[in-house]
This record gives sequence, C-alpha cells and structure tokens, in this order.
Amino acid sequence: MSEQLLFAAEVTLNGLMAGVLYALVALGFVLIFKASGIFNYAQGVMALFAAMTLVGVQQGQIPFSHLINAIFGTEIHHFPWHVPSIIAIIAAAGVMVGFAWIVERYILKHLVGQPDIILFMATIGLAYFMEGFGDLMWGSELKTLDVGLPQGLNETVLDATDKLFGYGFFLDNLDIVATLIAALLVAALTIFSQYSKQGRALRAVADDHSAALSVGISLRFIWVLVWSIAGFVALVAGIMWGAKSGVQFSLSLIALKALPVLMLGGFTSIPGAIIGGLIIGVGEQLFEFAIGPLIGGATQNWFAYVLALIFLVFRPQGLFGEKIIERV
Amino acid sequence: MFYREAGDFKTSYKDDNQTFPIRLDRAGYWVALAVAFLIIPFFVNDYWVNAVFAPFFIYAIAALGLNILTGYAGQVSLGTGGFMAVGAYACYKLMVAFPEVSIVFHVLIAGGITAVVGVAFGLPSLRIKGFYLAVATLASQFFLVWLFNKVPWFYNYSASGQINAPERSVLGVIVTGPNTDAWAKYLICLVFLVGLAWVARNLTRGMMGRKWMGIRDMDIAAEIIGVNPLMAKMTAFAASSFFVGVAGALFFSVYLGAAEAGESFGITKSFLILFMIIIGGLGSIFGSFAGAAFMVLMPVLLKNVLVGMMGWPTDLAAHLEFMIVGGLIVFFLIVEPHGLAQLWRLTKDKLRLWPFPH
Amino acid sequence: MSLDMNADSYVTADGRTIGPVVMDLKNITLRFGGVVAIKDISFDIREGEIRAIIGPNGAGKSSMLNVISGFYKPQEGEVWFRGTKRPPMKPFQVARQGLARTFQNIALFDGMTVLDNIMTGRLNHMTANMFQQAIWKGKAEKEELANREVCEKVIDFLEIQHIRKTPVGRLPYGLKKRVELARALAAEPSLLLLDEPMAGMNVEEKEDMSRFILDMNDEFGTTIALIEHDMGVVMDLSDRVVVMDYGKKIGDGTPEEVRNNQDVIDAYLGVAHD
Repeated sequence: MSEQLLFAAEVTLNGLMAGVLYALVALGFVLIFKASGIFNYAQGVMALFAAMTLVGVQQGQIPFSHLINAIFGTEIHHFPWHVPSIIAIIAAAGVMVGFAWIVERYILKHLVGQPDIILFMATIGLAYFMEGFGDLMWGSELKTLDVGLPQGLNETVLDATDKLFGYGFFLDNLDIVATLIAALLVAALTIFSQYSKQGRALRAVADDHSAALSVGISLRFIWVLVWSIAGFVALVAGIMWGAKSGVQFSLSLIALKALPVLMLGGFTSIPGAIIGGLIIGVGEQLFEFAIGPLIGGATQNWFAYVLALIFLVFRPQGLFGEKIIERV
Repeated sequence: MFYREAGDFKTSYKDDNQTFPIRLDRAGYWVALAVAFLIIPFFVNDYWVNAVFAPFFIYAIAALGLNILTGYAGQVSLGTGGFMAVGAYACYKLMVAFPEVSIVFHVLIAGGITAVVGVAFGLPSLRIKGFYLAVATLASQFFLVWLFNKVPWFYNYSASGQINAPERSVLGVIVTGPNTDAWAKYLICLVFLVGLAWVARNLTRGMMGRKWMGIRDMDIAAEIIGVNPLMAKMTAFAASSFFVGVAGALFFSVYLGAAEAGESFGITKSFLILFMIIIGGLGSIFGSFAGAAFMVLMPVLLKNVLVGMMGWPTDLAAHLEFMIVGGLIVFFLIVEPHGLAQLWRLTKDKLRLWPFPH
Repeated sequence: MSLDMNADSYVTADGRTIGPVVMDLKNITLRFGGVVAIKDISFDIREGEIRAIIGPNGAGKSSMLNVISGFYKPQEGEVWFRGTKRPPMKPFQVARQGLARTFQNIALFDGMTVLDNIMTGRLNHMTANMFQQAIWKGKAEKEELANREVCEKVIDFLEIQHIRKTPVGRLPYGLKKRVELARALAAEPSLLLLDEPMAGMNVEEKEDMSRFILDMNDEFGTTIALIEHDMGVVMDLSDRVVVMDYGKKIGDGTPEEVRNNQDVIDAYLGVAHD
C-alpha cells in the first residue's frame, strides 16, 4: 500500500475515535430531546461543569475560594487533602443529579407547555449561568484532569501495523479507552431504555407527554431521571475531553461539535447520534487532510456544519430522524 | 388618569392604522426623538457614547434585523455574528476601494451585500425547519468567520489580519477613524437607527409582515391561502440580513474602528443579539430597542457596581455577569416569555384604566 | 324538481341562477403509499351553487378538498378549472386562481389580531413590492387602506366588529371558526371550500353559520363547496350533494335524489348481511 493511503487510513482511524466522543456528547442531547422535546444547548457546559467539579473535588479545592478571598480579603484555596479519583467521580455524578433536580424544580416545571424555542432559549440562559457559576465556584484557569486513564501512544498498535504494512499507526491510548467506554455507555443506555421499567416510561413520555401522564407516569420524575442521565453522559464526556486537553472553557465548545452530529443523525435517534458522530469525525479529518491544505486549513471549524447542512437539504429529518408528515 | 384614549376618536382607517394610536404615546415619541436629536448630542462625552449609546444604537439595528427573521417570520437564526461580519468586511472593502464615495452609501451597500449572502444561506430554510434550521444557520456563522480569517483578500493582506477603518466624513464631519468626535459618532448611529426602525415598522405593519407572521404561525395554512413560502422566507432573510449587515458595517467602521472576524463577530455575538430579542420581545419593534438597551446597560451597570464600587477583580465580575445574564434570561422566560415589550404593553393597559379599573 | 341540469345555466326553485361548471374533477385517484384515499372520483361544481360533500368518517372527503386546493397531488385524474386543465401547481398558485378555503382544525394565525388575519385573505389583491412597503407612503398605504375597507365589509357581514383588534389565540372556538370564514371570504374567491364549517358547534352557532353560508352565496354569488356531517344542515343548504364512502363516490345529485339513493342509505344506516 502506498504511503498516502496508509496515512489516510490512520487519519480515518483517528477520525473515528474523535467521532465516538462527538457521539457521546450528541447522545446527551438526544436523550433530553427525546424525553422532553427540549433542545438542551447547555449540554456542553454541563460536561465542562462536571469535569470542573471532578477536578475540584479531587484536588480538595474550596468552592468559591476566589469569591471569598475577594470579599473578605482572605487567602484560602485548598483543603489539606486529596480525594481518590473514584470517590471524586461519584461525587461529581452526585452533583450532576442534584443539578438535574434543580433544573427540573426551578426551570422546567415553570416552562411546561411553552413553545420549543422558548425552552431552547432557556437552556442557553442555563448554559450562561452554569458557565459563570462554574468559573466562580472552581476558578477559570486551565486544570489538568487525571483519573488514571492511560495516556500516550499505543505501542502495540504501532508495532503491529509497522510489521504488517511497514508503516506504524499513531493511535492514542486515551482515544482507544474512550472509544471502549463510550461504546459500553451506549450499550448500557440502549439496554436501559429498552428493557427497564423506567426506560419504557421514558419512551412513553417521548412519544406523547399527556398520554404518558394519563397512564400514571410521573413526568417530573422522568425529567429528573433523564437530566441525571444526561448529566452522567456529560461527566463521562467531560472526563474524556478533559483528560485529553485539560479542563477549561473551550471544553464546553464540544457542544458545538455535537450539533451537526445531531442534524446528520436526527434529533431523536440514538443510533443516529452514533453513526452521525462517526461520519463527522472521519469526514472532517479526511477533508482537512485532503482539501484543507489547499484552502488555508482549520476547516474543522465549519466542515461538519456545511456537510450537515447540505445533507439536510436532501433529507430534512436527518439519517434516522422521524419523518415529518405535514397535514392540515 | 392622564394616559387614556377616551375622547381620542378615529374617523378614518388611516388614523386607526397609525403606529401610536394613543395621543399621549404620539407626544412621547416626538419628545423622545427631539431629546435624542437636539439635546443629548450637546452633552455626550466619549465614555457615554462608547459604553452606552453607540453599542445600544448599533445592537438595536441588529436586533431589529434578527427580530424580522426570528420574531416575525419565525426562522431562528444563530448566524447573526457571521452576517454582521459580512457587513463589516463589505463596508471595509468599499471604503478602501472607493474613498470618494460617501460612507453612508458604503454602509447601505454593505447591507445590500449582506442581504444577498443572507438569502444564499437562507435557501435551505425551505426544506429545513425548526431546530434543524437553527443549527444549520450555525454553518453560516462558522463558515463566514473562517472565510474572513483565511482569505487575505478580505483584509487587504494586512499583517495583523485585522481590518482598520480609514477616516471618512459625512457633510464635512469626521465619522470614522480615531479623530471622530463623540457627538458625530452618536448622531450617525442614531440617524441610521431611526431610519431603519421606520423601515422595519413599515415592513411589518403591512402585507409583507402579515405574510411573514403567517409563515411563522402556520406555514402550511399560509401557503394554502396564497403565501409563496419561498418569497416570504427569502424576503425575510433579505430584509433581516440587510439590517444586520448595516449594523455590522457601523459596528466596525464607526464603533470599533478595527476588527477581526473571529473576535468581533464570533458566535457569542449571535447569542447576544438573540438574547436581546428574547428579553425585549419576539415580534416587536419596541422589544428590539428594549432588549438592546437592557443587554448593553446591564453589564455596564454591573461592572460599575462590582469593580468600581466593591473593588472586585474584573474576572470575578465577568463570571458573575455571566451568571446574572443567564439567570435573568431564564427568569424572564419563566415570568414573561413575551419579553419586556409585553410587560410594557400590560403596564400601558393598566394605565389606560387607572385609577378606575372597573 | 324538473330542472335540466345539463344546461349551461338554470334557475333554482328559490330563484338563484346556477351557472356553468367552474371546477370539474375527472377520475381523481389519490394514494398514500399503499392506501387508496380516493378512488376514481369525478364530479363538478357549478358557478353560484352550494355543493356538499358528505360521507362517513374516513371516506376521503378532506382528502378530496385537499386535492382541489392543491395541497395533495392526485396520482391519476385531471382537475379542470374554468374550462382549462390545471397544470401541476403549488397550493399558493391555486389560491391565486381564486380558490379560498377554511380548515377542519382551524388554521388561523394565532399570533396576529383578527383584523390582520382577515387582511391576509386579501394578499392576492395587493401588489406593492418590498421597497414600496418599506417606504409605506404611496402605493403601500393606499393599497392597505383600500383593502382594509373590503375587510371591514366582511367584518360587518359576519358580525365580528367587537373583536377586530383581539389576538386570535384568545378567541373561543365558535368565533375562531367565524374569523376563518371571514379570512376566506375577504379573498373574494370564485370558489370557496369549507371543511366542516359547523364541526363542534352547538345548535345556535350552527344556525348562525348556516345563515352566513346562505347569505354569502346569495349576496356575493360565491360558489361554495363544503364538507359537513350534520345531515339536516346539508340537506337544507346545498343544491347538489356528492356522497363518498371508502374513497369511492356512491351518490351524486340533489338532496332529494341522494336521500333516496339505496347505496347512500346502506352506507349510513348499514346493511344486514344475510
């Protein structure tokens, strides 16, 4: 095989792995959209907030220390302890559940029955609020996240491919682990929604709110549940991305990467989110590899969107979205 | 008691159709215009123009534009920042290429160019609806900003990648560049705002506005009673983009003086304008003004209080500002989804009957 | 009745002139995937008459109306309007030919006032372009005022003056139905399609609505095609009736003829299978 082709194959593999992470974020969107019809723009900030909380707890940061210092002129920063990763993860998950409850109690409950666009705006407001709140609570500086995931190059793959093709593939250990975890999470979610009682209730709510209410499903419980799951998905995504490139504001921008994935896959489809994520992950890497140098590079900023846009013109409901039937 | 409509009879449909049907409103409108044109210009200084008036006027134009598209025609757009960038870069290229032509024309033509670009990016709206469209408009946002960053022709190959507004004047008064007087900056923005607000009102009060609202409220029914959806949506995109383009041109040439696409016209700008029309009121001209004023004034106020009076570090104040903006948006949506304009209407309705509400 | 219905025009018992055929539907077949909604149906609508389409639920009546108004494209058959075959058209183009309609589940623009809703009915009569509207003074304003007068006439006719400036979303059901009728009437259509104009109304409201329909037909000479379930109303109002069942036409003629048609009686009362 020629050098170029092998290189392209490597790019594709890396794209696939990035795609899995996009899919993971998109999954959070799909879950909430299916269950409550809300397009949750705050999903990215939720990932950031979850990752920040995780790091903060792990390192024993004092919440709001900057604020306290500014007001009282003190100089406090950390508790004198470090918390083991696993406990920190559980604590962060707990915070996300609490967050889900607060969102339901103080926002969603009051917005039932409003047009979709209003709910969407509310989540943008929520995103702003959380961003400010997270920065105020944990500080806005770049943090490193280390929960013991393997880092660095995967030697096995490098050696194996080198022997096979005479060209070693550079794959990141972290990417491989992330792919595995994401796959596990997706499988677990699918099983949950297909076979558990809550999962069935969730699908009923997704289909028709009032019908679900009338057979005795508690809408509020389902919403808290689904926002908690979305919070947990955000935490996983936050850990992956945080471990890769640090925890800071830019992490919340992965939400913007997930949006074209949603358009491509359809807002209501879990398999759509996954396949959409893979297509976009691979597509943008290959496009940047093949066309990028000719037109100035950094095409990842928009390629996914333009691809999704063109695709939607031909299939407005996305790959797996429900077909929109118009009637009068 | 004083604010009433009793005795204010309409004897023709023309009277009934006017913008301010109540006499006191009409008087208030003329007084506000007189104060804005004849009194404030003599007292404004650089701080007030740069911190309050210029951004308020320019954002109000952009908010009017987005409100036409989103509030009246029902097409949610997250690409406002990108279209402002088109206006800004078009204006820059025109200013440099035709220095002898008045800047007023440059700004208007820049609006026209933005309208064309807006229509091009609006075409998918025929097939794509709702959230899919909202997300699709992000494509224009990211693509346009990337384009202006990557193609050096747009910034005339300047080393910094920035565009800088050369000095231009209107009727002998300098309005762009570092030597501009505060009052000149103030007035040129005000003139554009008042003119465009009048146009926006005209477009939305007549059949054009009704077609847009028809598409917004029930697109299939609108098509069956005779609205051509292609024309209605494209005119909405064109009109909206024109406003946004003019706002972008003014933002760059008069207000900033120098701009870089990613920094000045990024996605945060799109959200900012969107917040303005949500908080102000979707589908309301007054709401565009109110929302723009609110979003411009609130950070200034917060900064003055937190940094100026309480001595907080600026970054903490910025975080708190984010929280407050976000919190307020959620609060507004819960309390009054129709925004400040609706609150204003309700207050006026109460006032009409006051002090004898029964 | 001893009327020659094949003649170009004839005069009814109550003295109205029924003109030549305006709309002629020839062998219409409409399928949704494998489901046949309308099967080879032909009938015509004459100028100045009130034509009713009746049939049990799911008979394909609304689909028929949607074919006429251009929202559904039939797989087979031809639609002839005023003597020419209608080429494939978008619904808004059909509306421009002078068709107006109301909807089974009210399709008003909830965010607009009653007056604005009715004014939308005039949109095919207003030609000011975007720039003229932006300037307002001149053509746009003149046009607006002239058409406002037409709308005010319709408002007077349907007795909804008091709610002129009320947002439609706040109105009760019965009034919404009336506003929708006003919007359709404001278009001064040459053919008006009413999809269950009396659905969900009480007896009084039905009487009002019947009166409006008759008056419309009488005063403005509007040709009306309507779908209705209430047999009494249909028999009283209409000049001719088409009966549909399972997508097929099972009867067509004056109310008398239809009432005595065995197929129709079977469809409505059921047949004993023995």
